[in-house]
Amino acid sequence: MWLYLLKRIFFMLPMLLGITLISFTVIHLAPGTPVELQTTMNPKASLEAQKRLMELYGLDKPLYVQYWDWLKRMAFLDFGRSFSPDRRPVWDKIKERIGITLTLNLLTLIIILSLAIPIGVLASVKPYSWFDKGTTLFVFFGFSMPSFWLALLLILFFGVYLDWLPISGLTSLQFSQFTFWQKLQDLAAHVALPVLGAALLGLAGMSRYMRGSMLEVIRQDYITTARAKGLPEGTVIFKHALKNALLPVITLLGLSVPGLIGGSVIFETIFAIPGMGQLFYSAVMARDYPLVMAELVIVAFLTLLGNLLADVGYALVDPRIRTG
Amino acid sequence: MKKREFWARFQRNRLAISGLVLVTAMFFVALLASWLAPYDPNLINLQEVLLPPSPNHLLGTDTLGRDVLSRIIFGSRVSLLVGFVAVGIATVIGLLVGALSGFYRGWVDQVCMRLVDVMLCFPVFFLILAVIAFLGPSIWNIMVVIGLTSWMGVARLVRAEFLSLREREFVAAARSLGASDARLICRHLLPNALTPVMVSATLGVAGAILTESALSFLGLGVQPPTPSWGNILTMGKDNIEIAWWLSVFPGLAILVTVMSYNLLGEGIREAIDPRLKE
Repeated sequence: MWLYLLKRIFFMLPMLLGITLISFTVIHLAPGTPVELQTTMNPKASLEAQKRLMELYGLDKPLYVQYWDWLKRMAFLDFGRSFSPDRRPVWDKIKERIGITLTLNLLTLIIILSLAIPIGVLASVKPYSWFDKGTTLFVFFGFSMPSFWLALLLILFFGVYLDWLPISGLTSLQFSQFTFWQKLQDLAAHVALPVLGAALLGLAGMSRYMRGSMLEVIRQDYITTARAKGLPEGTVIFKHALKNALLPVITLLGLSVPGLIGGSVIFETIFAIPGMGQLFYSAVMARDYPLVMAELVIVAFLTLLGNLLADVGYALVDPRIRTG
Repeated sequence: MKKREFWARFQRNRLAISGLVLVTAMFFVALLASWLAPYDPNLINLQEVLLPPSPNHLLGTDTLGRDVLSRIIFGSRVSLLVGFVAVGIATVIGLLVGALSGFYRGWVDQVCMRLVDVMLCFPVFFLILAVIAFLGPSIWNIMVVIGLTSWMGVARLVRAEFLSLREREFVAAARSLGASDARLICRHLLPNALTPVMVSATLGVAGAILTESALSFLGLGVQPPTPSWGNILTMGKDNIEIAWWLSVFPGLAILVTVMSYNLLGEGIREAIDPRLKE
């Protein structure tokens, strides 16, 4: 098991390196520089000043030197300083926001799992029943639904029409004067819509997958055996079938990380939530190279970590994987 | 697989047929936009700003008094163009990488598949955002970038098909007759590997339309005044408390279009291999 884990972690490094290399090249080869963006607004900025800025940012060196410098700093987890006028360290900016995005995504995942498993089981136990057909329809809608439109519809219905929930930000204006419980309630009201939106979208894929996985297992001989020896149907489904059907779902969990985080950009922009997604959006708009690179690395790392956890989880429950 | 058999199975699937009908209808809407649209989509009329749906303007007007229905009809052109060109690019790359990988195996395969792995771990939407923001938003950039970031599935499919096909007798026969590698790949292997690619390309159009509309919505896609479903929705978001029709109808257009491609794709998949239907 430890060997397997080590091997997997070892393979993460070249992957991460490949991702940074591609990102770095693509970002820096794009025409135009952040310096131009900052100085075109200011007619007084002389060529001299532009050159100084380029030197300050290290953009005057050849690309491979820049990449090497960046990589050397990365080795010590130093993401550099932001190109924005405040010149704050990139990590400080991310630190303020990463918790928000991770919490929201975790909440979403918990909701998805706690609904997808029962839905998938119910749909698979009685295939082609009205419940199963309803689920299939829901899944087709979920796959075809643009996330930002779903967000807009939620805002229209719950925020504007019913006027139940706030539609932007993470806290109300009077947040600092609230008691602890009021604060908690306020936060919950603000994150309700973005989490609901993301969960609905993720639920579609996950429940479909759960259903397929259950159907696959129910067909196996050992389920027939369990039934034949007279076990109650509940025991067969929940003890014999569900346990085995959950295995492939673990893998899908890991693979759903990039989708969830990608969705964060959209949900955070629409609901004005100060998380990583919103930060990334403003960073690309301002061509803040160090910040963009740092976010790409972190998201890629989270994706790889999701894959790793999925594989390790799989190996823990299924001995065939780690020995074979 | 026989064509007639395929059709017989496809026709029995009502959802797939409705997908095909909708896809065809959308195609004609885009083609005949100038005849179908009741107004010029860019006609600004400041006397008729933000009108709710009425017989005059079936889906209302936007903040500049433009007819929303006409803008949605013209917006279908953008979506279809991006969908088809992006998927075209992705399919060509995928075919190429997958074919080389599956035919030559060995180190070529290793290099190609590791590249696929890296690309699959990529936070793709983040990369697309960054590249489009830096290159400047334009419909061409969007098509190329979506194409360049969505070929991995096709590559894996084609590789898997090639790996099994290359062991078959007809390939050995062609090889023993002295066929060159290029001839083997293009004449004997590729045509037999195309069916699963068809499915993934149809589903790919749906994905590309979704990505384009998300980019346009974030202001990084097709730029106004050119109408696209995504950028009408941006206006909808800015006026969400006073003009619901700007948020509802363009999104419905996206949903229906994407869903019809998904239905068509699933229909083709099930018609090719009925065992998949469970």
